[in-house]
Amino acid sequence: MGGLIQLIVFLTLLIVGFVAGRVLERRHFASISERERRTASMLAVPMARVPGAELATDSALVTGSVVVSIDYYKRVVASLRNLVGGNVAAYESLLDRGRREAVLRMKEEALRRGFHGVVCIRMETSRLASARQGGKGIAGVEVLAYGTALRLPAHSPYRQP
Amino acid sequence: MYLTNTETIPGKNIVVCYGLVSGNTVRAKHIGRDIAASFKNLVGGELKGYTELLSESRQEAVDRMTAEAEFMGANGIVNVRFATSSVAQGAAELFAYGTAVRVE
Repeated sequence: MGGLIQLIVFLTLLIVGFVAGRVLERRHFASISERERRTASMLAVPMARVPGAELATDSALVTGSVVVSIDYYKRVVASLRNLVGGNVAAYESLLDRGRREAVLRMKEEALRRGFHGVVCIRMETSRLASARQGGKGIAGVEVLAYGTALRLPAHSPYRQP
Repeated sequence: MYLTNTETIPGKNIVVCYGLVSGNTVRAKHIGRDIAASFKNLVGGELKGYTELLSESRQEAVDRMTAEAEFMGANGIVNVRFATSSVAQGAAELFAYGTAVRVE
């Protein structure tokens, strides 16, 4: 009897995780693509010295960060994946989502503060250990993107209308 | 205070280099946020409570670094880098470091 209840709870969590996780992930990716299109013309590169951008008049450190986690269904699938090895697609899409969101937030901060581009972009990922499961579980993954925002003169080739 | 993670500050000249400055914070998670996050863990996506917690803590680390630079007489920090490490269960260290400089 106890086993049956456990099984029902497990299956419910699995289904809720699968359905809600999928819907939310799709919505998030749609929002990311839309905002990426909007900021696509902005200079945003990992190199520090960009030819033509030396004439910047002002600069500031900008950051963008996000903590994301995968749903219950994907977590189960990923743990099964551990048995046979290979690509863990669940985590690939999680990190893709996190990184793109972090970069977007950084770019949006730069735009909000009146800058025109970001150079020397660095990205960092760290795992937040869960307090449960003896610290072995993952509560989420934090992705941080940071860089130097530049204010460019009006004649700069990197200033898009 | 000018902050950049490049080796120079655009439009300025570095005249004095004071050396390494750093700032850190170790933050533990809030139990309320942890409960909210465990629900969110079921469906996945952003854990907003943690995002805020970590960016507040990182800002605190930057503030401490900036205070150290000011104490040295610097008016800028170049080559700023961030590092994060999981110290213990539910606690994370946010660390920021850079080179304190005087610019004109």
